[in-house]
Amino acid sequence: MFHAKNYVLAQNLEEAWQLNQKKTNKILGGMAWMKMGKQNYQTVIDLSALHLDQIEENEDAFSIGCMVSLHDLETNQQLNEYFQGALKECVRHIVGVQFRNCATVGGSIYGRFGFSDVLTCFMALDAKVELYKGGIVSISDFASMPYDNDILVRIILPKKGKRISYQSMRNTATDFPVLAVALSFDEQEGWLISVGARPGKAVVLCWQEGTSSELSEVQIDNMTAYVLENISFGSNMRAKKEYRQHLCKVLIKRAVKEILK
Amino acid sequence: MTIKFWLNGKQIEDIIPDDILLLDYVRTKGCYSVKRGCETANCGLCTVLVEGKPVLSCSTLAARVNGKHVTTLEGLQKEAEEFGAFLADQGAEQCGFCNPGFIMNVLAMMKELNDPTEEEIREYLAGNLCRCSGFVGQERAIQAYLAKKKEEVSE
Ligand SMILES: Cc1cc2nc3c(=O)[nH]c(=O)nc-3n(C[C@H](O)[C@H](O)[C@H](O)COP(=O)(O)OP(=O)(O)OC[C@H]3O[C@@H](n4cnc5c(N)ncnc54)[C@H](O)[C@@H]3O)c2cc1C
Ligand code: FES
Ligand code: FES
Repeated sequence: MFHAKNYVLAQNLEEAWQLNQKKTNKILGGMAWMKMGKQNYQTVIDLSALHLDQIEENEDAFSIGCMVSLHDLETNQQLNEYFQGALKECVRHIVGVQFRNCATVGGSIYGRFGFSDVLTCFMALDAKVELYKGGIVSISDFASMPYDNDILVRIILPKKGKRISYQSMRNTATDFPVLAVALSFDEQEGWLISVGARPGKAVVLCWQEGTSSELSEVQIDNMTAYVLENISFGSNMRAKKEYRQHLCKVLIKRAVKEILK
Repeated sequence: MTIKFWLNGKQIEDIIPDDILLLDYVRTKGCYSVKRGCETANCGLCTVLVEGKPVLSCSTLAARVNGKHVTTLEGLQKEAEEFGAFLADQGAEQCGFCNPGFIMNVLAMMKELNDPTEEEIREYLAGNLCRCSGFVGQERAIQAYLAKKKEEVSE
């Protein structure tokens, strides 16, 4: 567990940002990841009072505040109806309900963890990340940005009528995924294929053949071949590179079949 | 820092270290049902309710419950005893160490899910680990408890 001399409940984002400029201070998300470390912080900064625990919907997008818990993501009806249950599917294997009531969307995306189910899913939804000073950036740009002292305010999920399927494979229930795949389709952008837990962090590719109602076996094979050529995989204690490559083909096929349904 | 909150219905105002975990803090208030079973946020033994929602007190700063209602097993004695009897009937426990966190989460599940399926029950309780059993007895106990609750409602 980390230690902190001071706890500050920020009254506005500017105050939180100012405090966060000091290297020894740290923003608190759900602290589920932070508590695994043993760092000594001067001040931990809580964003709980800033009403950032809300999921809002307008005509063009869903906006998910950084303090929304993973369990809220899982149980939000509008969000899961619109995205065909993909958000529930991507978080439901993460530890347990009590954990998901603690861990936040902000902490999950800010962390840009290799194993992240949430990052993998949001990438296939073409999400945008709103940073307090950095403005709105695409989630794939955010994933490759260096860690800095900005604040992730919210995630924006555009409503583009995407069909989506989320697939993951775990060695045992509630463990990190061995591989995670999110696949989406909409008429304008075609297919987005996001692959996470490679074990590196998720990356996303576009694919333009076929439609969500028609994709031949040959086209599916072409899609998986394209993914395997353009995404790198590695080995770690959970699985070897070759196993992940094989799994990737399987999970893409499952996702395509679910979307074609 | 000072916090003011409700612990099992009783209002408390206290001066606490800024970084004390809720788990360690509620134990100083006599809530010994709340225990640490792991260091990795995985076992669920430390489950308490904050504003009615189950959370891991090992991963929550006490500072964060300022102004909120916290419930531990000590505050749910009647319900816990009632469900505990179903666990005992099924011989579901061996050492019993996992019980407090497990019971808290079962009670939270009863509030959150209406007539849960077997799969939903398993999923809801996936974050409660028991090192002695294979969860089969616990599942039987939950099914029996849910059936009794249903009966009570229809009577
Ligand atoms: C045991 C365990 C198992 C897990 N299993 C999985 C899994 O299977 N799949 C999965 O996808 N994830 C998994 N996770 C990760 C988890 O879901 C969360 O992503 C993680 O805990 C971070 O979220 P948090 O809210 O707890 O963030 P914290 O731990 O509070 O913060 C993480 C980092 O983000 C920073 N931060 C938080 N919020 C903001 C913000 N708004 N702006 C800027 N910086 C911010 C913090 O300063 C810190 O550096 C697991 C974590 C643990 C501990
Ligand atoms: S002590 Fe194990 S999850 Fe909290
Ligand atoms: S009965 Fe021993 S840990 Fe569950």
